[in-house]
Amino acid sequence: MSKIAIIGAGPAGIESASMLARSHEVLLFEKSSTALSNILDKAYLFPDFSSATDIADSLNSKLINENIKLMLNTEVVDIVRNDSEWKIVDKSGKNYFVDAVLITTGYQTFDATRKEELGYGIYKGVVTSIDMERMIKYNQIVNSINESPKRVVFLQCVGSRDEKSGNRYCSKVCCVTAVKQAIEVRKMLPDAEIYIFYMDLRMWGQHFEELYRESQEKYDIRYVRGRISEASSTFDRKIQIKAEDTLLGVPLKMTTDLLVLMVGMEASAGTKSLGCKCGIEGEYGFIKTATPHLCDNETSEKGLFVAGSCKRPMTINDVINDARSAACLISEYLR
Amino acid sequence: MRKFGFSISQTRSIDLDQIDFSCLDELREAVPTFMVCINCGACTATCSAQQFSDFNIRKIKTMLMQGQYEGLAKQLDKCMLCGKCTLVCPREVNLRNSIVNMRRILTKKNK
Ligand SMILES: Cc1cc2nc3c(=O)[nH]c(=O)nc-3n(C[C@H](O)[C@H](O)[C@H](O)COP(=O)(O)OP(=O)(O)OC[C@H]3O[C@@H](n4cnc5c(N)ncnc54)[C@H](O)[C@@H]3O)c2cc1C
Ligand code: SF4
Ligand code: SF4
Ligand code: SF4
Repeated sequence: MSKIAIIGAGPAGIESASMLARSHEVLLFEKSSTALSNILDKAYLFPDFSSATDIADSLNSKLINENIKLMLNTEVVDIVRNDSEWKIVDKSGKNYFVDAVLITTGYQTFDATRKEELGYGIYKGVVTSIDMERMIKYNQIVNSINESPKRVVFLQCVGSRDEKSGNRYCSKVCCVTAVKQAIEVRKMLPDAEIYIFYMDLRMWGQHFEELYRESQEKYDIRYVRGRISEASSTFDRKIQIKAEDTLLGVPLKMTTDLLVLMVGMEASAGTKSLGCKCGIEGEYGFIKTATPHLCDNETSEKGLFVAGSCKRPMTINDVINDARSAACLISEYLR
Repeated sequence: MRKFGFSISQTRSIDLDQIDFSCLDELREAVPTFMVCINCGACTATCSAQQFSDFNIRKIKTMLMQGQYEGLAKQLDKCMLCGKCTLVCPREVNLRNSIVNMRRILTKKNK
């Protein structure tokens, strides 16, 4: 039986582990104390409002397999080729020897304090989309003075499509996430005013455009086309924002109780460092695959494979498909 | 006696077949980032001159990109060249430099 190391127990790592475990031995490394941290920090998932906990439970149940050894609190710090084998080194210096490696180290969200002009970490009324997921999950949507907000404003493309942040790319998931969160907020705050400030609404996926329409039709979500250039605090601790309504061609300002920054997806620290060490780092610290069309799970190194959002921003649906395709290729490679 | 009915006014549509893009071409040469704008409006939102007048830098820029030069030179006089617009632009369009060059090119054209 061949041995495979999978690095990162997110949806990509777990899905590929469960497929490969049918005929191989899998070591699944996870640096945190739980698997699926980037799923469990969410409340409901687009496109169908499935509960994130339910999805995580289904994925976790796939780990009950005697061929999978899940190692929590085990951060991989190096991957080295050793003739036909690979050596995995964890943070404590321990070595593991395997026949193939799959990197599934995923993403982290953009650190919103880097956009100082938007006031995150300075004003309590400015939160990120991850904070908003938590507020929705625990049914606690509050403004800076712990009252129920009368107005909630979402701002797209924070840390994505932005030269100043060094990220030219689009993060792909945040447009529809804003629409999803706005609907959730409406369900919890029937009387609030809810706005989404956007540059382009990228409703590329199945049901996304329908969700956008529904948000207008059923949930009274208002859309303004313009980027918020700065946020400041008022004397009564509201957030004042400035933008241009670019469809009308006039500057606009308003106050809001909550400003929600839709933070983008960046390569995780693990993705960046392992990509670098293996010589397969691509643009923005994501991992570069062998070719974009036909070899998108392979790397320039034989026996070293990659799947999921460590390659580029992806939805769970993308990630699961990608993990399955990586598992097929690895099985083939080990045959 | 007052006349009722329709009067024929000049068409307000932009006829891209008839437009002279020479100013735009000159500007693109002088400011290579000029064309990468996504019309997000962050520049206008933050602009110092916007607060005291009907000046809208994004609109002026877009007019110029469509070869609509009328009245722009006069509008551009309102800019104080403070550079705040350039600081917020997500596409790093060098707006301040564009304004200096727009003024130069439009003055030459209007001569
Ligand atoms: C605000 C927001 C909302 C979203 N909402 C949705 C949604 O509603 N629906 C949807 O389909 N998608 C959504 N997504 C996208 C979804 O979160 C991702 O598609 C998915 O989590 C990516 O899975 P992954 O396995 O590739 O990576 P991750 O989930 O990031 O998992 C990577 C794992 O690798 C571990 N790791 C990293 N480095 C190391 C190392 N060196 N050693 C060991 N372990 C390591 C990490 O701890 C992590 O557990 C959202 C994303 C954001 C930002
Ligand atoms: S998905 Fe939408 S919000 Fe996210 S970066 Fe792309 S355009 Fe911006
Ligand atoms: S801030 Fe930059 S991208 Fe946005 S409208 Fe102004 S020039 Fe264009
Ligand atoms: S440089 Fe001119 S256009 Fe730019 S912010 Fe200052 S006044 Fe406005």
